[in-house]
Amino acid sequence: MTELETSELDTALYHRPESLEDYPFHFCPGCGHGIVFRLIAEVVDELKIRERAVCVASIGCSVTSYHYFNFDGLESAHGRAPAVATAIKRCHPHLIPFTYQGDGDLASIGTAEIVHACARGENITTIFINNAIYGMTGGQMAPTTLVGMYSTSTPGGRKPSLAGYPIRVCEMLSSLDGPAYIARVSVHNPAAVRKAKQAIKLAFRTQLANLGMSLVEVLSPCPTNWRVEPVEALKWLVKHMLPQYPLGEYKLIEAVAALKKEVGRA
Amino acid sequence: MSKKTLMAGNIAIAEGAILAGCQAYFGYPITPQNEILEHMSKRMPEEGRVFVQTESELAAINMVFGAAAAGCRAMTSTSSPGFSLEQEGISYMSGAELPGVIVNVMRGGPGLGNIGGAQGDYFQATKGGGHGDYRVINLAPASVQEMIDLTMLAFELADKYRNPVVVLPDGFLGQAMEPVVMREPVTELPSKPWAITGAVGRPKNIINSFEMDPVNYRPRVELLLRKFDEIRRNEVRYEGINLDDASLVIVAYGSASRSALTAMNMARQKGLLVGLLRPISLFPFPYQALSNLAQKVVDFLVAELSCGQLIEDVKLAVGLDKRVELVNQYGGVPLLAEEILDAIEKLIKQPAGR
Repeated sequence: MTELETSELDTALYHRPESLEDYPFHFCPGCGHGIVFRLIAEVVDELKIRERAVCVASIGCSVTSYHYFNFDGLESAHGRAPAVATAIKRCHPHLIPFTYQGDGDLASIGTAEIVHACARGENITTIFINNAIYGMTGGQMAPTTLVGMYSTSTPGGRKPSLAGYPIRVCEMLSSLDGPAYIARVSVHNPAAVRKAKQAIKLAFRTQLANLGMSLVEVLSPCPTNWRVEPVEALKWLVKHMLPQYPLGEYKLIEAVAALKKEVGRA
Repeated sequence: MSKKTLMAGNIAIAEGAILAGCQAYFGYPITPQNEILEHMSKRMPEEGRVFVQTESELAAINMVFGAAAAGCRAMTSTSSPGFSLEQEGISYMSGAELPGVIVNVMRGGPGLGNIGGAQGDYFQATKGGGHGDYRVINLAPASVQEMIDLTMLAFELADKYRNPVVVLPDGFLGQAMEPVVMREPVTELPSKPWAITGAVGRPKNIINSFEMDPVNYRPRVELLLRKFDEIRRNEVRYEGINLDDASLVIVAYGSASRSALTAMNMARQKGLLVGLLRPISLFPFPYQALSNLAQKVVDFLVAELSCGQLIEDVKLAVGLDKRVELVNQYGGVPLLAEEILDAIEKLIKQPAGR
């Protein structure tokens, strides 16, 4: 929208969040990352924590997250983002570090780091993007790839006898005592996106209230590596991913539930 | 006069770090350096600083990465197998220009090896160790006093060059007890405007080692190479004893240099003109000092607790026309002064030249 057009409007109803840079996303058409980045930026703006927020990027399609956010950011080694965020939070408790990790990063190579950050109840936030595939490397099997699903390293579809079963991260981590808030959301339609934003906001509020580890898993389409059109990818997500990865809150300690009930916040 | 305290090497490292203003310590248990982790678990909270026992050395080094990125003086300590695990993180730190101190109390290897002292990680520590074109500064203490002093220096150099520094004692030194003089604590830490501290009143800061634009591929590495050259120019450290009249010079570092010192004194008592050059910085290596010595010294004897690692750098320094012999132990076994003396006498009896 040009400046001229904006000036002709009485009220700007929709604008770029201050926490989001005017920097083109490098993601493929139909990718869910861009939506989640915007949601995080909106939440950071609404909570007025732009000057305290720190994005700990991981390895994968989100490696250059720090280009898109207009606050401090760094890149961590593959899978190690929760360790990096742990140290930042312990050293500077006033900062609000969050990790942004894909499924390969969090649920495969970084399993130890996320489990132990949760077990310690670190007061950090993790945004976990589950698209059931390795995106940046070109579509290999992820720890979350569905049984029977094609990938470039499961050419006949994922066979449990050869490649085991997908990991349900929220279910697994919610058995631990450390996490305060764990939820799974999706971005396959506008209603789901609104709920995803609420969960992301509650996760950040959990950290702001020093209540412990918060993690939001976001089911997200990857049309390129699923080899379908973007619109088809959304349908595919609903049909195949939702049954395997049911949406909902998996861990909600009482103090977080109380936060959630506060009027006009979440 | 400063009061002397009897202290174990591993404790000296921990106290040296605290004196140097280490704000965060992360570690995972591994013998023979557990005393550092245990001591820090008590002392760091006492000082109001950060201590985390991590789930692995991978997590430990990446917490050092995070703390360093946040502008804090940070350290981890480990022993050889754990040091291997940390190489990925050390490479990332060097690539992202982050300071940090890694202590490797070396033990016998390869593989699980054993808990005795050794110097088998020399190549790994001095030539980079992880992936990519990078170097880390290596400081090799030879006494408990140096465990304090070089640990403190490690923090200073790490900040000065924004690069990881490895302190490289061996397991024998970690367990040794000696009198030490405590130093004055560092009270003023350098400012780090590049650090991740929240974008308050300034543009955002980014810490990374990733480069997407091919135009920047080489400049990114060259930035580091210039720094390593500066380190080579400014940070060579070594100790020379009886070098003026020596016809045979022993080259040794760490606990091997202690045996070498005894052997040198025994040889001198027999009238043999033996000197000792002890590298304190292993990277940068004292190539020039050894090259100068080679102008007048007949023989070099390298005493190491590894199977021909240090000797490669000595040969590189003194040239192929010099006789350079090896006397060593390995796999977790100490090298005795008598073994070195035998090697000295054998070498002197056989005239150089082939």
